[in-house]
Amino acid sequence: MSNQYPVIIVISPLLSAFFVSIAGWLRRSLCFPISVGSLSLSSYSSIALLFKVLKDGDILYRLGGWPPPWGIAYYVDRLNALLLPVVSIVALLNLIATKRSVEEEFSEKIGAFYTLYLLMVTGLLGIVITGDAFNLYVLLEIASLSGYGLIAMGEDRAPLSALTYLYMGTIGACFYLLGIGYLYIVTGSLNMMDISKILPALYGSKAVLTAFVICTVGLWLKMAFFPLHGWLPNAYTYAPSASSSLIAPLMTKVMIYVMIRLMFTVFTPEFTFKVLTVNRYIVWIAVVAIVAGAIMALSERKLKMMLTYIIISEVGYMVGGIWLGNREGAIGAIFHIVNDAFMTLCVFLVVGNIVYKMKGYGSPELKRLFSKMPFTMGAFVIGALSIIGVPPTCGFFSKWFLLLGAFKARHYGFMIALIFSSLINVILFFRVMEEAYFEEGHLDGNHSSHGIDEAPLSMVVPLLIVAVVLVLIGISSGKIVEEIINQAIPGVIL
Amino acid sequence: MEVIHSIRPLLAVLVSLFITPVLVSSRSENVREAWTFDAAVSKFLIVLSMLPLILKGFQIEFNLFEIMPGLSIGFRVDALGMLFALVSSSLWIITSAYSIGYMRGLKEHSQTRYFCFFAFALSATIGVAFSANLLTLYLFYELLSFATYPLVTHHQDQEARSSGRKYLFYIVGSSIGLVLPAMVITYKLSGTLEFSREGILAGYGARALIPLLLLMFLFGFAKVAIMPFHAWLPAAMVAPTPVSALLHAVAVVKVGAFSIIRVITGVFGIGLLSSLNLGPLILTLASVTIITGSLIALFQDNLKRLLAFSTISQLSYIVLGLGLLSSKGLLGAMIHIAMHAFGKITLFFCAGAIAVSTGKKNISEMVGIGRRMPITMTAFFIGSLSIIGMPPCGGFLSKWYLALGSIEADYKIVLIVLILSSFLNAAYFIPIVYRAFFCSPEESQFDDKIREAPPFCVIPLVITAIISILLLFYPQPFFRLAYLIIESMGV
Repeated sequence: MSNQYPVIIVISPLLSAFFVSIAGWLRRSLCFPISVGSLSLSSYSSIALLFKVLKDGDILYRLGGWPPPWGIAYYVDRLNALLLPVVSIVALLNLIATKRSVEEEFSEKIGAFYTLYLLMVTGLLGIVITGDAFNLYVLLEIASLSGYGLIAMGEDRAPLSALTYLYMGTIGACFYLLGIGYLYIVTGSLNMMDISKILPALYGSKAVLTAFVICTVGLWLKMAFFPLHGWLPNAYTYAPSASSSLIAPLMTKVMIYVMIRLMFTVFTPEFTFKVLTVNRYIVWIAVVAIVAGAIMALSERKLKMMLTYIIISEVGYMVGGIWLGNREGAIGAIFHIVNDAFMTLCVFLVVGNIVYKMKGYGSPELKRLFSKMPFTMGAFVIGALSIIGVPPTCGFFSKWFLLLGAFKARHYGFMIALIFSSLINVILFFRVMEEAYFEEGHLDGNHSSHGIDEAPLSMVVPLLIVAVVLVLIGISSGKIVEEIINQAIPGVIL
Repeated sequence: MEVIHSIRPLLAVLVSLFITPVLVSSRSENVREAWTFDAAVSKFLIVLSMLPLILKGFQIEFNLFEIMPGLSIGFRVDALGMLFALVSSSLWIITSAYSIGYMRGLKEHSQTRYFCFFAFALSATIGVAFSANLLTLYLFYELLSFATYPLVTHHQDQEARSSGRKYLFYIVGSSIGLVLPAMVITYKLSGTLEFSREGILAGYGARALIPLLLLMFLFGFAKVAIMPFHAWLPAAMVAPTPVSALLHAVAVVKVGAFSIIRVITGVFGIGLLSSLNLGPLILTLASVTIITGSLIALFQDNLKRLLAFSTISQLSYIVLGLGLLSSKGLLGAMIHIAMHAFGKITLFFCAGAIAVSTGKKNISEMVGIGRRMPITMTAFFIGSLSIIGMPPCGGFLSKWYLALGSIEADYKIVLIVLILSSFLNAAYFIPIVYRAFFCSPEESQFDDKIREAPPFCVIPLVITAIISILLLFYPQPFFRLAYLIIESMGV
């Protein structure tokens, strides 16, 4: 079985999606257990695969035994071996944590919801694991289409936001497809490793340059890299809690992974940083993204909307870090993919819990939340500290590498932007905490009348696990960086 | 220097952290307070158990995790850390007793939260004291900032909210905005953040960057309240008085001073700073803060605000001692950590006792209070003498060595600053004491009946006042530690 891990990771949620949709008709109570089972299997396999890769080195898996470039190949190196567990575990934890809110929100449509959920996870896992540029496009569409569906299941403005997202997302995916088409024309291959071997002779070609530019812009659109971010805030804000806490942590991060894959594997670092000499300018765009994201978040008082702008800022961190073109920057960016997935999951789950109990996340609902929902708010504090970048939470360590990279590249603008956004994050999160902490009027000695009114255990426990994970990743960041990330980066990047 | 590996530093840090779940789940107030005492005493004993080894010249190390080569989370107990840990952990015991008297006396709300975050803050303080490197120090420094936020804003009203904002703005803003990039630059230049005897940056080029880095660290560690990064301290006085007493006279502000000492001795190194002649820069910043702080204190009517400005000015004595870059100056700076701690905490305890007993917070309302609270006001007098630097109090010693240091380093102007400041200290403290005891019966705002604050308030302040006096006669433990530090640096 251990040789089949790569395919199990993807097949398990894909097949279960069919079963879940059938169960949705026959017996709705089965939908949740099937989903949990399939994602547990994926998580287990992806963790096992990670250890296998660490032990034996990179793995090439031929789907159906067809040799590349004719068949689809899964290519697992340390980069995606690291991200597979992240994606599957985030999806699994979110699945469990949102069980109650899903039941409440979509009593009739549970089957549809879980089917889309599993399909989206299938798509995301497939994107990460595949070594075939066209297969990646197919999976990208699977993930995106189910993502649109998941968002559109929300109330009031959700369908409209999903439609905007659909337009923008489709344009992005088309750009990517177009770029891959160009590559296919010049190289005759769709296999990433294959392309990367053929390309060096063609670096001068205009078609290759065009392919790279179009692919990258398409991905920027999909990852909401400023100024292509317009679709994101509404889509993520109006989506149902359970959808937004799946999509917000994963979608943009996986897109950044694809960009890195494109930069490091399909096109080699030589091409990305030496043939193209624009990397410093792209870091400057990232600077603008970070600052703009922070300022937009500052002007937004609604908690969930504010968090979506923070994502835009964080995308700037990662894009900027990778385009710095040095080892520290790349480590920071890749590590931040992992960290940001869990941090975002943490704060979005908190919002989910608050919505579940208080039916909203405006100022009145936040009142006295520290005494009403102490565990949820405790997790919120840890998530906030991580996003601000306070040790020993993981957010600090990825920011540390990003800062090191920025200083090494003498890109002071990026350094200042990172610091600036950390400071803004302090304001953003303490503004929320103030709402939840301070009370009007005078307090007397005894106010035990406000009892604890915490969300159900099935929502709180996964959330607390995520909060602990944030600290655990932070503590073990040395190992993760040394043994996995550092070796996932091509040796030519110093 | 021999190194012993032991888990004790970690235990000393964690003992108060582990107590918090117990505090939350305690059924009655008395049980909860018993646990607080338990933690405080255990912490002190663990720290004390390491003292003999340190005095023999050993260092105790415990490494938690290595992030990257030269970048790790770990503890190292040396004489300097020991000195600071001894002061803060011993005072926590006394403050815990005082907290009980104060919080119950004023029937404060949310006492469990208060005791929890107090314990948390002490964990972070000891963590800073025992940090083996800049990263660990930064980690605990930040945790301390966040742990004290709920204490500063304890009253949860509008004033607490705006003070809390100010507190975070200055402290977290400066540490993220200045210390973090300075740390990144230091690491990039030298490849390590482990404190070393001659200074991390000593052997590396980039001399043009050094003054900039120095300023980033000096202002970045805003807990030391060098002007203009001081405004958080008076604002933080909205906190309950035990918080002001232990945290904003000892733990938090001294963490700032301690970080500066560590950075100057362990990151830059005295040698590097004197070769670049950066002493005068530090001295100027410190002198301005000393004099301005005292001058502002002169015009305060709110007693706690006066004490806050006095603290701002006294903290810069430590920075001043460092800036002298001489052995006597360093000795004075380190001794001042202990001397000022005991003196100032006594004064804060007195301010709190007055508030508990009479509800008065302004000095103008305290005329004749010596008749009603003679013990408290006597302790206040002793504390003032210690801060002014007059015998029979320990404060005399640190100022004496600072003065010697300024002569040794040949900075006459610093000597003038020291004398002027002592004069100003006397000018704002002595009238309070004088008017408390010596006033005509018509002026007195209190009757002659003696009514002190509850014993839990009075006994701690008597103890700290007595210790302030004893420190003049038995300062040996602190001096031996300070000599060890100076020896190890080979100044």
